[in-house]
Amino acid sequence: MDIVYLDNSATTKTDEEVVKEMIPYMSKNYGNPSSIYKIGRENRKAVEDARDKVAKVLNCESGEIYFTSCGSESDNTAIKGIAYGYKNKGNHIITSKIEHPAVLETCKQLEKEGFEVTYISVDENGIVNLEELEKSIKPTTTLITIMFANNEIGTIQPIKEIGEIAKKHNVLFHTDAVQAVGNIRIDVKDMNIDSLSLSAHKFYGPKGVGALYVRKGVKFDKFLNGGHQERNKRAGTENVAGIVGLGKAIELAYMDLEKHNEKIKQLRDYYVEQVKERIPYIKINGDMEKRLPGNSNISFRFIEGEGLLLNLDLKGICASSGSACTSGSLDPSHVLLAIGLPHEIAHGSLRISIGKYNTKEEIDYVIDNLVEIVGRLREMSPLWEEFLEEENK
Amino acid sequence: MEYSEKVIDHYTNPRNVGKIEDASGVGEVGNPVCGDIMKMFIKVENNIIVDVKFKTFGCGAAIATSSISTEMIKGKTLEEALQLKNTDVVNKLGGLPPVKLHCSVLAEEAIHEAIADYYRKEGKLTEEEIREKCNLKEHHCDHCCE
Repeated sequence: MDIVYLDNSATTKTDEEVVKEMIPYMSKNYGNPSSIYKIGRENRKAVEDARDKVAKVLNCESGEIYFTSCGSESDNTAIKGIAYGYKNKGNHIITSKIEHPAVLETCKQLEKEGFEVTYISVDENGIVNLEELEKSIKPTTTLITIMFANNEIGTIQPIKEIGEIAKKHNVLFHTDAVQAVGNIRIDVKDMNIDSLSLSAHKFYGPKGVGALYVRKGVKFDKFLNGGHQERNKRAGTENVAGIVGLGKAIELAYMDLEKHNEKIKQLRDYYVEQVKERIPYIKINGDMEKRLPGNSNISFRFIEGEGLLLNLDLKGICASSGSACTSGSLDPSHVLLAIGLPHEIAHGSLRISIGKYNTKEEIDYVIDNLVEIVGRLREMSPLWEEFLEEENK
Repeated sequence: MEYSEKVIDHYTNPRNVGKIEDASGVGEVGNPVCGDIMKMFIKVENNIIVDVKFKTFGCGAAIATSSISTEMIKGKTLEEALQLKNTDVVNKLGGLPPVKLHCSVLAEEAIHEAIADYYRKEGKLTEEEIREKCNLKEHHCDHCCE
């Protein structure tokens, strides 16, 4: 096999249909959407059509959608924008310990600027503690920001309940839905979501374009100063090709959502079952029910994740790990530590995220290689040897 | 992160993996919390390391540094092996990414610990002399990625 791509939570392969829609906007349709002549007006229409498609999926008004350059920019805009927009009301923000760095680092920055942030804990499956969340609300709280679904362990949060708590206490609710959009049906009205981030390349769209939903009436400071684009909230000439791609991708994703999800979930469950059957001493991380359909996160005890990834890469298999070596720091993944995994087990985690292009043959190929690689790395591991010696005593 | 061809070669086909049942000395460094442990086994005859094997729990760089350093000390006298610096290991591997340099330090330390263990078993030197000769130090995890 050439490449077996099982890292769809990192990014996805751009759908050919999406690429086809984008190409004219990278060549002949080059007009600036802000210009008044025909080729400008036509591109304005293309941008607005894409906006309508996003609004339709989220069940909001088109005027509540802002295009950005990525999920991180959407998160930064929403969190900093709302924090500063409501700083006269209060300076307290609530988030969770398992957020994406785009949220965590933004919150840390706000702490440096005088805001107060509460990081609430999660249970062993990665679900936020709603009681702790409600208790941590103070008169100064202006914003709750909790991710819709986790990028590492796939856990889906009780978003509607969080929305209800926020509404009850008159606090705004932002959700980083970068991993959720394209996988889960979302209704911002029904779920009481005031603000939501999404990113096109997570659902077979292009990289370099995201969107932010902010409910009408919510005040937020702009993140990028300059021209009047995006209703004066996000300066910069629109990434027309990217926006068109995002619009097409979100439309396609929700057209066949249940069908794709069913196939993806079956492959994921098959993968997990096969690993359980053929490899001993593993730990499955995250909630098995409230989980993104394509996500699996398994720790292989006595081995380290990077060694595993490198060996998989040699076989053409693309996956991801929460080990320190792959996080670029000394500690393994903050998400795996937050759900209570000991360091040594977190170091041996492997995330496989299945997408719509994966096949059962690919999963079989991965399993066969995993069995061989895990066995080989364990043979090399002093921890495995000690474990066996203990067992034989 | 880019690994050199030599590193890839060594983590793909590590040399001298395993253990020596009647080892003259065994050295183990690192800990599971940090994500790397190296265990070196040496067989010494007439002051020469005639065989060496290793077991490592860790990333690709940890496996590659263990592997190449076993090759570098095999057939050497104990004094020569003690001269091996982590920078020699890095050079021999054609470089390591900066965040992985601590792996080469672990390899050096594992060799020193194995030789110290040999001297202890031999019983000719005092602990202080062994520590001095083998340049033993405490490994501090909080520094290893700096």
